[in-house]
Amino acid sequence: MSKLIIPTPLRKFTNNEGSFNSSGSTVREVIHELVSTHDGLKKHLLDDNGNIRSFVRVYVGEDDIKSLNNDLTPVAQNDIVSIIPAIAGGIA
Amino acid sequence: MNKIAELEHYVGNTPLIEIRSLNPNKNVRVLAKLEWHQFGGSVKARAAYNIIRTALENGDLYEGKSLLDATSGNTGIAYAIFCAVAGIDLTLCVPENCSEERKQILKALGANVVYTSPFETTDGAQRVAREMVASDPSAYFYADQYANDANWLAHYHGTAVELWNQTREQITHFVSGLGTTGTFTGTGTRLLEFNPNIELIGLQPDSALHGMEGWKHLETAHIPGIYNDKLAHRFLEVDTMEAYDMIQQVARHEGLLISPSSAANLVGALKVAENLDTGTVVTVFPDDASKYGALTSQLFNL
Repeated sequence: MSKLIIPTPLRKFTNNEGSFNSSGSTVREVIHELVSTHDGLKKHLLDDNGNIRSFVRVYVGEDDIKSLNNDLTPVAQNDIVSIIPAIAGGIA
Repeated sequence: MNKIAELEHYVGNTPLIEIRSLNPNKNVRVLAKLEWHQFGGSVKARAAYNIIRTALENGDLYEGKSLLDATSGNTGIAYAIFCAVAGIDLTLCVPENCSEERKQILKALGANVVYTSPFETTDGAQRVAREMVASDPSAYFYADQYANDANWLAHYHGTAVELWNQTREQITHFVSGLGTTGTFTGTGTRLLEFNPNIELIGLQPDSALHGMEGWKHLETAHIPGIYNDKLAHRFLEVDTMEAYDMIQQVARHEGLLISPSSAANLVGALKVAENLDTGTVVTVFPDDASKYGALTSQLFNL
């Protein structure tokens, strides 16, 4: 299982849980598993097409998935996946 | 104190320009205040200056104490500028994921920066600041921009009076996003004293995760102590992508390179203007695009 770290602003939607264990093998699968467990997160993380909103920053370990393979970035057992709130904006 | 007092005339008194090309309703004027045109570099110069000046006058800040606060960027930069002028030691708690430009500016201006968890936004930075003060109260003056009345009073005595005069008392609507809520609270309170018929519209990001620097999603964030929840007549939500699109539109049609929060304020102001028969809608542009290099490069394919 990988571990997803949930930022403070989203914990209102996870019963204050700060992490989520997932068996997803890609970032996309991990995020979708999270959203299907905590439905209130959907509008904050996904756009209308089910893609991760472009300014939501997701890291696998120390690496921004935008520098890897975006939401198809593989997630291995024991990986730490992090959702980071943007402070000064950013897309692409 | 003298060095700070001498700067008074260089803080505030910013230009108010009309948004013409992007205004969908020619029966309504849409005006924006260019807040980066002052010493301190952004709208936060007003709060930072008044917080420092008030603390010096009250004897809360003196030699040997470090001014301490939590910030996501602009307030910290304004503090750093004024503290550099006045020789005041400055310590800032800043989320680690703030932009590289901000980190470089703060370092160049001589601030001591304590980086806080990237998961906790400025709420986490505030917690760390409070812990630092609690563990060594004699070392710090905790400015606490989120709960310091000098923040909103800067806008009560400054921004609102300027808007009232610059619009020749014609302002009918004031539209602004909420962060520390100082701009909205101070400006809105005073404008209603000038004319109780002015409508105050607060803007909120449409999501807990968003790209509007400095804005707080009040539903999921720590509510600032200075926030007056009875002030806004109504709220509108702004989508980050709408704001990013507006940055491009404003550059191409109004000749201004503005920040995400400035663009988001304009998105809100134009929505308000669209549905009016007549009026004068005013918003603020907190800062320009100069500290958002990565975003600007992406938006304009530079």
